[in-house]
Amino acid sequence: MMHSTRRAAVRRIASLAAAGAVVAAALVGCSSSGSGASSSGSASDVDAALKKGGTITVWNWTPVAKDQVAAFEKAYPKVKVNLVNAGTNSTEYTKLQNAVKAGKGAPDVAQIEYYALPQFALSDSLVDLSQYGFDKLKSDFSSGPWNNVNLEGKLVGLPQDSGPMALFYNKTEFQKYGLTVPTTWDQYIADAKKLHAANPNAYITSDSGDPGFVTSMIWQAGGHPFTVNGTKVNVNLQDEGTKKFTSTWNQLVEGKLLSPVVGWSDDWYKALGNGQVASLITGAWMPGTLESSVPQGSGQWAVAPIPTYDGKPANAENGGSAAAVMKQSKNSALAAGFVKWLNDNQDSVNIFVKGGGGFPSTVADQNSPEFLNQTPAYFGGQKINQVLVAGAKDVVDGWQYLPYEVYANSIFGDTVGKAYSDNTSLDAGLEAWQKSLISYGNQQGFKVKAG
Amino acid sequence: MSNTTARRRSGTQAGPRRNAVLTIVMALFVIYSFVPLAWLIINATKTQSDLFSTFGLGFGHHFALFSNIADTLTYKDGIFLHWLGNTLLYVIVGAGGATLLATLAGYGLAKYAFPGRRAVFGVVLGAIAVPGTALAVPTFLLFSKLSLTNTPWSVILPSLISPFGLYLIWTFAIDAVPTELLEAARVDGSSELRTFFTVSLRLLAPGIVTVALFAIVATWNNYFLPLIMLSDPRWYPLTVGLSQWSAQATGAAAQPIYNLVITGSLITIVPIVVAFLFLQRYWQSGLTAGSVKA
Amino acid sequence: MSEITAPTSRRRPRGLQRKVSLAGAAFVTPFMIGLALLVIAPIVYAVYLSLFRTQLIGGTAFVGFGNYVDLIQDPKFWSSFLRVLLFLVVQVPIMLALSLVAALALDSARLHGVRFFRIAIFLPYAVPGVVAALLWGFIYGNQFGLTAWVNSALGWHLAPLAPSWILGSIGNIVTWEFLGYNMLIFYSALRVISTDLYEAAELDGAGAWRIIFSIKMPAIRGSIVIAVIFSIIGSFQLFNEPNLLHGLAPNSISSYFTPNLYAYNLSFAGQQFNYSATVAIVMGIITGVISYVVQVRGTRAENR
Repeated sequence: MMHSTRRAAVRRIASLAAAGAVVAAALVGCSSSGSGASSSGSASDVDAALKKGGTITVWNWTPVAKDQVAAFEKAYPKVKVNLVNAGTNSTEYTKLQNAVKAGKGAPDVAQIEYYALPQFALSDSLVDLSQYGFDKLKSDFSSGPWNNVNLEGKLVGLPQDSGPMALFYNKTEFQKYGLTVPTTWDQYIADAKKLHAANPNAYITSDSGDPGFVTSMIWQAGGHPFTVNGTKVNVNLQDEGTKKFTSTWNQLVEGKLLSPVVGWSDDWYKALGNGQVASLITGAWMPGTLESSVPQGSGQWAVAPIPTYDGKPANAENGGSAAAVMKQSKNSALAAGFVKWLNDNQDSVNIFVKGGGGFPSTVADQNSPEFLNQTPAYFGGQKINQVLVAGAKDVVDGWQYLPYEVYANSIFGDTVGKAYSDNTSLDAGLEAWQKSLISYGNQQGFKVKAG
Repeated sequence: MSNTTARRRSGTQAGPRRNAVLTIVMALFVIYSFVPLAWLIINATKTQSDLFSTFGLGFGHHFALFSNIADTLTYKDGIFLHWLGNTLLYVIVGAGGATLLATLAGYGLAKYAFPGRRAVFGVVLGAIAVPGTALAVPTFLLFSKLSLTNTPWSVILPSLISPFGLYLIWTFAIDAVPTELLEAARVDGSSELRTFFTVSLRLLAPGIVTVALFAIVATWNNYFLPLIMLSDPRWYPLTVGLSQWSAQATGAAAQPIYNLVITGSLITIVPIVVAFLFLQRYWQSGLTAGSVKA
Repeated sequence: MSEITAPTSRRRPRGLQRKVSLAGAAFVTPFMIGLALLVIAPIVYAVYLSLFRTQLIGGTAFVGFGNYVDLIQDPKFWSSFLRVLLFLVVQVPIMLALSLVAALALDSARLHGVRFFRIAIFLPYAVPGVVAALLWGFIYGNQFGLTAWVNSALGWHLAPLAPSWILGSIGNIVTWEFLGYNMLIFYSALRVISTDLYEAAELDGAGAWRIIFSIKMPAIRGSIVIAVIFSIIGSFQLFNEPNLLHGLAPNSISSYFTPNLYAYNLSFAGQQFNYSATVAIVMGIITGVISYVVQVRGTRAENR
């Protein structure tokens, strides 16, 4: 990378900030009625805070964040960032929730996955970043992640990465057993049967009951099981989209065509490496994990678009996080400045992508020729990013997570888990999950009903 | 007093058949206790790829114990050593303090009559009956109000109360410290505290060592309370740190480091084992000393 | 063994008696202060919490015994309670019996290498729960773990992490962890038995088994009672092992697998701190009552 690009980047940021300040100033006069919270900041505050300097604490578990922070501190020498890995997903959310409840102990910036954002937005513990003019950044990000950070009229964070789904399959295994690369779910099921019949130790994929996966699949099938309107919530895990998903997936569950290995266990990594799990349907961040953790599979895997129900493109997001500013922050302008740099500054995103942090959520990176033409050796030189980026464009609109999704996921195993361990239909399990979610929501003061 | 073993051996119907059966039974117990530890030692010598491809109880293609140890100690700027230091701090202050408090209190209960003595033990037993893990939240909220969370005190303070230690010293002190000695010292005009330090402490030594050992194990292995009290990994003890490394294998941007988790686990166990082996002789003398009647 | 040697007041003037009494209280005071701040205060706070209800929407309200009424009708709570009760009734006797056998064997003087056996069997107690779960997680894996190897070698179909096996598998881990610990409690008590008793038994011509049942066992009854009480408390508080195995067996271990796990998830997953405190208080009361009953019956038998 040329030295002048950093200076150019700084110039870009400065001009962006200046433009943002002008726009924000213009907007203040006619601010939207959506945000109820007091808008006490502005875009120029961010600039000033970055120049003035200070110290902020950032909770982030992405390994490459360390390099991004180092670059940030070089660009803004007066700012000291205290980077803390407070645990991955729910471990960190527990600590965040405790800190919010106790009124102190929260960091300035926290990495929060998209499905958990509504929960924190609801407890009014996140700063609305539109007061700093960040809503102008909409065109920088792809639509799926952008929708995920705009909740109840507030911009609660900036997308860090995204996870449009795709089909990752072991090409060598597929060729060995004569399986066609499926474009529809029916073909996928047929492949599952063929593979397992030929080799009883091999399975088309593994699924021991992952709420994130199931909700994403319902999303892809066009389902809208959760409708949230302020404190009014509707839960319908038997709607058309859900039924579409279960009628397909039940064939695998009841047919015992899913590998019993538990995801993310060391057994699972082994199975991915020796062909016993032949494909994965998951988010676009998977290549990094495969490359670093399943070295035996190198050169054997390939990426294809996710199969659909009727052959017409449709996709969903699975995973991915945003960076949010906590209301407890004593210097939210500075924290916001960091968030903007972390997820919107080209240098930062470059470090992120090159360091295997995940699949970018920024449009510029997704569309950059350098990115699209990458030919990783792990995937036999296939231009996988072209497939993954195309998938990002097909994400179905209008998806919502529950305002208590973290809790919902924690009781998924109690209810739907039974279907997986008994190899029975998922519908009964989903119905039980629905019942628990409605009762919990009402207990917590929401107005929840079925349908 | 003559050796009890010599006495019993000469008089009873000992036979070689008895010997063999007992030895086999004990050997089975030892195998049961050892197999998981053997797995730990064997797998600490494997590289991560060997971990995934070779049989669990067999060795890998490369012997990587030393490189694993080096990697464990240097990963992420040596945070493991940091965790080791934290654990030592929590153990020395926490277990040390717990032993001190339990010794003083157990001694007081055993050797002194004061109003409410029976009530004290009842309260202690009652207090440990409430599930400790479910008390974690009220303790956390209390500590949070006092701004103690995410500090070493949040880990050390709760570990200072060891009801089991109190019970051990209490029962041990009854026999090990003859009341006549205390009376004699009293008649000589020595204060109770002075008597404690000059007379009783020496007699209580084996019991104190036992309590210290249990307190050391408990604080070294403390997991749950530090997990919820601490949010900054720089204050983690080894147990919480290891579980964080293990969780690194999960989810997007996963970077499993199983070989470091296993090697780290092995390193975590070694000091405790050494402590036990080293302090073993104190037990032996202490336990038989309790049988000596003045 | 539970005899309290209370100093007689006959030989001492009253002023000195009071001074000695005060000293006794002073020895106990630091511990009691710590107990009050670190154990009793949270308990009181938990009781206070259990009388309220906080909602994500709507804040906090006083509900009196509302939480307790809900708890009594909560099928999840009863399911978890019965599970630990079953665990208690099966695992504790097995573990204590094995510990007793080991302690008696060590004490029998017919063994070479007593010291080696003692430390070897005690070692698992020194292993942190996190590490123990890791180790046994490997052994229980029936895909690539040791169980898989056993299955293929012997043609069995063991599945230790399956829902119908999991409680037994956890019982095995707990037994592994505490066998040596309980063995040591019994062994220490055995070592304190006066040799006069053995001499008398020899003179009577008693055999080894007779000695065990007539002398050793009654003499260590007190430590057996204590071991039983601590095991009961431990069983009711079962949390570490199911919590750490949850990742490996998510469909076998529900969020309300044991009462403690239920209370933990209520707090940290569901933000239902008040109800969680209620579970803790109720379990504490049940545990305390049962421990008290065991202690009373145990010491009554001893004093007979």
